[in-house]
Amino acid sequence: MIVAVASGKGGTGKTTVSASLASVWPSPVVAVDLDVEEPNLHLFMNPDISAQDPSYIEIPEIDDEKCTRCRACTDICQFKAIGIFGEVVMTFPEMCHGCGACWTICPEKAITPGKRELGQILSGRSGPSAFVMGRLRVGEAMSPPLMRDVKRHLNSGNGYADRDIIIDAPPGVSCPAINAVMDADVIVLVTEPTPFGLYDLALAQQAFAPLGKPMGVVINRADIGTRDVYDHCQKTGLTILAEIPYQRDIAEAYAKGQIIAAAVPSMRALFETLVGQIKTLHGQPSMAREVKHA
Amino acid sequence: MREILILSGKGGTGKTSLTAAFAHLASGLIICDLDVDAPDLHLILQPEKLETEHFLSGHEAIIRPDDCERCGQCADACRYDAIQGEDPPVINPLKCEGCKLCVEICPAKAIDFELNHCGDWYRSTSRFGPMVHAQLFPAEENSGRLVALLRQQARAMAEAKGLDLILSDGPPGIGCPVISALSGTDLAIIVTEPTVSGRHDLERVLELCKHFKIPAGVIINKCDLNQEQAEGIEAYCEKHQLSFIGKLPHLTAFTEAMIRGLTITEFSSNGVRESIKTIWDNILKLAAPKPVLDRAADD
Repeated sequence: MIVAVASGKGGTGKTTVSASLASVWPSPVVAVDLDVEEPNLHLFMNPDISAQDPSYIEIPEIDDEKCTRCRACTDICQFKAIGIFGEVVMTFPEMCHGCGACWTICPEKAITPGKRELGQILSGRSGPSAFVMGRLRVGEAMSPPLMRDVKRHLNSGNGYADRDIIIDAPPGVSCPAINAVMDADVIVLVTEPTPFGLYDLALAQQAFAPLGKPMGVVINRADIGTRDVYDHCQKTGLTILAEIPYQRDIAEAYAKGQIIAAAVPSMRALFETLVGQIKTLHGQPSMAREVKHA
Repeated sequence: MREILILSGKGGTGKTSLTAAFAHLASGLIICDLDVDAPDLHLILQPEKLETEHFLSGHEAIIRPDDCERCGQCADACRYDAIQGEDPPVINPLKCEGCKLCVEICPAKAIDFELNHCGDWYRSTSRFGPMVHAQLFPAEENSGRLVALLRQQARAMAEAKGLDLILSDGPPGIGCPVISALSGTDLAIIVTEPTVSGRHDLERVLELCKHFKIPAGVIINKCDLNQEQAEGIEAYCEKHQLSFIGKLPHLTAFTEAMIRGLTITEFSSNGVRESIKTIWDNILKLAAPKPVLDRAADD
């Protein structure tokens, strides 16, 4: 089973939930940090990193001699990554999405794939769990290709095959978030009962509903704010899987980089129940109807 | 004209609540929400939309099944595994990058390439001044381009109205939309929190500012959550010659104000208001040379 822990709004507790789930899961898991822009899961799971591999995207390299300035490449490129100025051909590597259109269609075979580093894939162990994370190079704009590469790493036969996978997803509801949850069997949405939490939860529901996966909600800091998130879940058929109370000791443990299921006594049972809830959701049809956003 | 961008790296540190408060304390400004993916600033500022425009960006490839000859070349060439099934093949819009390769190589010319309506953007008016904001449709892409478009609109609007300050609420992370929001801005203010995640993400977003040569200042929110971490962040700022702008304790009033659709400076007592006013004054000093007048605590 693949569980993706996502949210529209940032800072609702995705990493807290992911790390705690990994720590109480009844069998060893693969914990995967797909928030490659700001990965935090390692700060809580303290993995021993045994491998660090660069991840690349393929970008065009143009042979000036062979190029006839026919403009087939600049015409097809949708990302403005190649330009011809008079007789000068230039590439703009940071604009390239690595689609390969230019070197596939170049009639002179004057373009070959070079590479740009997207970031790193780090892997190792944290207790009985395997641990994998992507870390985007600072200054690199494109996180989805690195995320795809992390997912390829998971499928590359590193002994991950028989394990359940827990994915810590990036915030938001656009391409990076979709990329993180699209292969999951169950999506856990973490929110908080505030107007921001509600608005972004509804966006996440809209974004993820077409994937047809079972979804459930964890409400964090459950006693701040209002009941609107609860009403919304009831109205749209979203199961509330767990409620994490707002407690000073939880916030303090989190601040120190502790896994709350291990550090705060009452939290272990809460997350064990959550595991059961997630397993029940798994295999159920998508309960959440597509909701029209207010 | 000065552009001030509020960022955080990590989500949920209080960017939007503080941006709203600054919008209240400032005057003569354009307010801009550059978190086009999960925008929340409008929930506090409750702007009235004056004009709505479609954001069209990128293309989506669509196979016409009646013309498709099932040769499979498109699926073989696609580097995003976006083309699924064989009879007929169907392009998964969530995976399609809009690169046009399949359109170009299809021998039967059976693939359409349609311009994508990925979201809407708005020219609005709020109780603190004109506002430019957007909503990218859920699961869409091209957020960086939409951010660039909003900035361009905000600058044009500021020029037309003779206003010389643009205050923007930024997206979380350090990727595409953040880079689009950051490049060429005058000042980035990073809101962090004294947690291991807050610290880690602060360092990465500061590295990004350095990469793009954007001056940056730091605010610690919820500073009483972990004294040691808070001091560590202050020391880090000093060591790296970063402007430390101020700190705020954990305030439940942020949530209470948000529920009422108010900024914390409208909702809270004078004490809280004064501390945020001091922080805003520090930001303005940092954003100089062009001095900006503000309408202070007495309104």
